Amino acid sequence: MPRVEFWQGNASIAQGALAAGCRFFGGYPITPSSEIAEVMAAELPAHNGRFIQMEDEIAGIAAAIGGSVAGFKAMTATSGPGFSLKQENLGLAYMAEIPLVVVDVMRGGPSTGLPTSIAQQDVMQARWGTHGDHATIAYAPSSVQECFEVAIKAFNMAERFRQPVLIMSDEVLGHMREKVVVPDRETYTIVNRKKPSCAPDVFMPYKPDPEDNLPPMASFGDGYRWHITGLTHNEWGFPTNCPEEIAKKTARLMDKVNAYRDDIVEFETESVEDARIIVVAFGSVARTALSAVRMARSKGLKVGYFRPIVLWPFPDRELEALAEKAGKLIVPELNYGQMVNEVERSVHGKAGITQMSLVNGELFQPSEILEKIEEVAR
Amino acid sequence: MRDRYEIRFAGSGGQGVILAAVVVGEAAAIFEGLNSVQTQSYGPEARGGKSKSEVVISRGSIDYPKATTPDLQIILNQASCDEFIAQTGKGGIVVVDDTYVSSVPETEAQVFSLPIVKTAREKVGRELVTNMVALGVTAKILEKKGLMKAESLKQAVLARVPKGTEEINEKAFIEGYKLME
Repeated sequence: MPRVEFWQGNASIAQGALAAGCRFFGGYPITPSSEIAEVMAAELPAHNGRFIQMEDEIAGIAAAIGGSVAGFKAMTATSGPGFSLKQENLGLAYMAEIPLVVVDVMRGGPSTGLPTSIAQQDVMQARWGTHGDHATIAYAPSSVQECFEVAIKAFNMAERFRQPVLIMSDEVLGHMREKVVVPDRETYTIVNRKKPSCAPDVFMPYKPDPEDNLPPMASFGDGYRWHITGLTHNEWGFPTNCPEEIAKKTARLMDKVNAYRDDIVEFETESVEDARIIVVAFGSVARTALSAVRMARSKGLKVGYFRPIVLWPFPDRELEALAEKAGKLIVPELNYGQMVNEVERSVHGKAGITQMSLVNGELFQPSEILEKIEEVAR
Repeated sequence: MRDRYEIRFAGSGGQGVILAAVVVGEAAAIFEGLNSVQTQSYGPEARGGKSKSEVVISRGSIDYPKATTPDLQIILNQASCDEFIAQTGKGGIVVVDDTYVSSVPETEAQVFSLPIVKTAREKVGRELVTNMVALGVTAKILEKKGLMKAESLKQAVLARVPKGTEEINEKAFIEGYKLME
């Protein structure tokens, strides 16, 4: 029988990471993410893993990148201010193609902002926080159960595509405790990075396999020598100024996610079939939205619910099809309008969009979204 | 049981209101097989300041995780009483501590003013177990409502408290339970 736990969202992400095979955590404590580090510090030694508290946020992700290069599934966790500090090394991990999971438990900003209060202001930082073209994979769970599940998926994606994967949680979800039915091991898949099978002297660390366009990765210590740099490099890993090699590398950084977009995109819907209005929300806000949609349905209003589980890549085509049918969307989020831009891009003007912003450190109340639904329905 | 039952514990930092809600959530999820969600809000202080913790219990799925119109409020200081009592749901119950809550604003809710802190101090011997006395009170109310067995809550208390402190916590829980009889 599956085990039942009553975990915090943060603990659930940590437990999911351990289940996925994470064996290295480098980080620096920051509210509201610190419980992730606490659980990893307590659990990793018992799992033959390593936990290192570094001197700051920058060193935290640097250590995690190092742990990954050494062959461990690696993670770091932070919140807004730390996520800002990590952006440079996050870029290094995209460029050098190092698998890594980074958790951002969102709080109010800018700067140190609101340590103990919820916000969703890092949607665009997740996508474009580090400079340069790269493809982003970002999960946004909305229940403690889902925290466990997306942690496993995030590691699987990181290992499969050899790149950082983000989990965008928030203060309410991170600190909330909820029932979790811990899935049995045989019910989920674990992906491990592809290792080279060639002889060490002919190993090219960035030469993709023709069948999937993804390069295998050797761990330091495996006997394969390779050069890691943030400079744009050729398939040997050495810096290049050759236009063909630059174009090929940059294209592959984008294509490796874009080509498998359908394997990555995930979303959830309720009552959308006959909906004339759809509320689009993610993370903790989605729970308020769902509550409001159910209240509106009980009043006879034809309202549906759409929740991106993966924020990047955004479920644009799927939302567009539903939006065209419904005609009206309401997009509540805890920022001045970030995901709503992506919603607008997705639906190509085929639906009217009503934006709702709340930036006072609180979660929307169901009645607030219900009022907006009733207003839009009139 | 209706769709959801909302419980709020409120007091000042250090009174253990967060742990109290966690224990109710654990009793519901682990010992009763129900769904439960526990949330909290508190300031940066370790002692003093406002502290509030809520738990929502349901047989079905729980969407909005916080309490909007709590069915039961256990309030351990005056400031929380003044702020929260008006939010009590229709037919709801409010329990206030008679040491720290001296005046209860006008309300339609059923109000019980009980010696929670006094019981912890005098009958059990330590004010520290105030939250366990409050949990005993909660257990009796939830049992009367047919929501949960008091035994489940007691088991959750014993599973949660530090080793070696089971006896004093259990005593506090039982004394709290008796306060509602």
